[in-house]
Amino acid sequence: MKQFIKKLYYGDIPDAGSGTTPSNDQQPRTDWPLWEVFIRSKQGLDHKHVGSLHASDAQMAIENARDVYTRRQEGVSIWVVESKHLTASNPAEAGELFEPAADKVYRHPTFYNLPDQVNYM
Amino acid sequence: MSSHNLEEQFQQKIDQDIKIEPKDWMPDAYRKTNTRQISQHAHSEVVGMLPEGNWISRAPSLKRKAILIAKIQDEGGHGLYLYAAAETLGQSREQMINDLHSGKAKYSSIFNYPALTWADMGAIGWLVDGAAIMNQVMLTRTSYGPYARAMVRICKEESFHQRQGFESLLVLSKGSEEQRALCQDAINRWWWPALMMFGPRDQESTNSDMSLKWRIKRKTNDELRQQFVDMIAEQIKVLGMTLPDPALQWNATRNHYDFGEINWDEFWQVVKGNGPCNKERLEARKKAWEKGAWVREAAQAYANKKNTGTKAA
Ligand SMILES: [Fe+2]
Ligand SMILES: [Fe+2]
Repeated sequence: MKQFIKKLYYGDIPDAGSGTTPSNDQQPRTDWPLWEVFIRSKQGLDHKHVGSLHASDAQMAIENARDVYTRRQEGVSIWVVESKHLTASNPAEAGELFEPAADKVYRHPTFYNLPDQVNYM
Repeated sequence: MSSHNLEEQFQQKIDQDIKIEPKDWMPDAYRKTNTRQISQHAHSEVVGMLPEGNWISRAPSLKRKAILIAKIQDEGGHGLYLYAAAETLGQSREQMINDLHSGKAKYSSIFNYPALTWADMGAIGWLVDGAAIMNQVMLTRTSYGPYARAMVRICKEESFHQRQGFESLLVLSKGSEEQRALCQDAINRWWWPALMMFGPRDQESTNSDMSLKWRIKRKTNDELRQQFVDMIAEQIKVLGMTLPDPALQWNATRNHYDFGEINWDEFWQVVKGNGPCNKERLEARKKAWEKGAWVREAAQAYANKKNTGTKAA
């Protein structure tokens, strides 16, 4: 695809040549492993994915996550998992994967018309 | 599926405001533009810590010192959110850091100006963070999911940055003759560079304006700049100070403030590396990186040792 962005926006600082290399040309990598961070914002709620960070081990990942994601008391519990251990569904196959649920309207309470007297059911 | 079809579907998603996620198909140029913009944005947050970092040890009170440290720590966090977002596009952290240090990647030119007095801490918070916020609020609606989510997080933290800056100037504006002079001087020096943060004028762009079509950006440079001028021109009245622009004037027909022409020569000079502090900033970044090398290596060695230890046990 031969489209180049010529417009120079704030945050996109003009300089011919920068950012034009393909994204996969680097290596060997010496970065610390990448971790995904999940935070429970308060007791009783699920842990929720908030972002990722690099750390040499799990303990450091938790400490870094505390410093980066909970500086304003956003959490009471942290999970970290090394990103390479996550398996994700393929967005290109989302159609087939979720198709079985598409024609089952009877799984929803609104499918059933009940008389007014019992409609709070 | 042909790539033409994929591109059409991609554009349909964009037009319906459906976010693009890391594993979704995307045009190569969309990936590159986002990688470039997000990593430059990350660099700006990180280099942006330097002008303010110089003042931590000279803050006039413990309270101001704590505030300044908290703000600078936030900026480091913003850098991290953004680097992580750029990494989802396939760019490694190490590569980004290398590109910054080699001078290949850019960061916002505003940080190539020196912070000369304590009043600059206030002016930076109010004007520089203020200008950044205009852009970042828009970017919470950008089409690339991880970038948009990082921006939501960042915007939540930014508002304190601008408020503490304004409050700090407000104190100076009510102070002694000397303090008032410091306040005005800082505003005079930061005003024009802050306006330059929005980038070149719209008319300088070519019509291959894909950033808007792909909804990476949702407003033009000039729109954002005008919004900023309108906001600051009102707020400065509260300070009882003036903006260093004789052409600044309310225009009732446009319902906006008119303002003078930016010195574009200066703008391009600083972009090209000839600003007052370009060299110093990059040197400081490289020095910090090199001096931290032993920490990174030690942590890695410790992790490796622990791993082999558990395996052996
Ligand atoms: Fe920031
Ligand atoms: Fe900020």
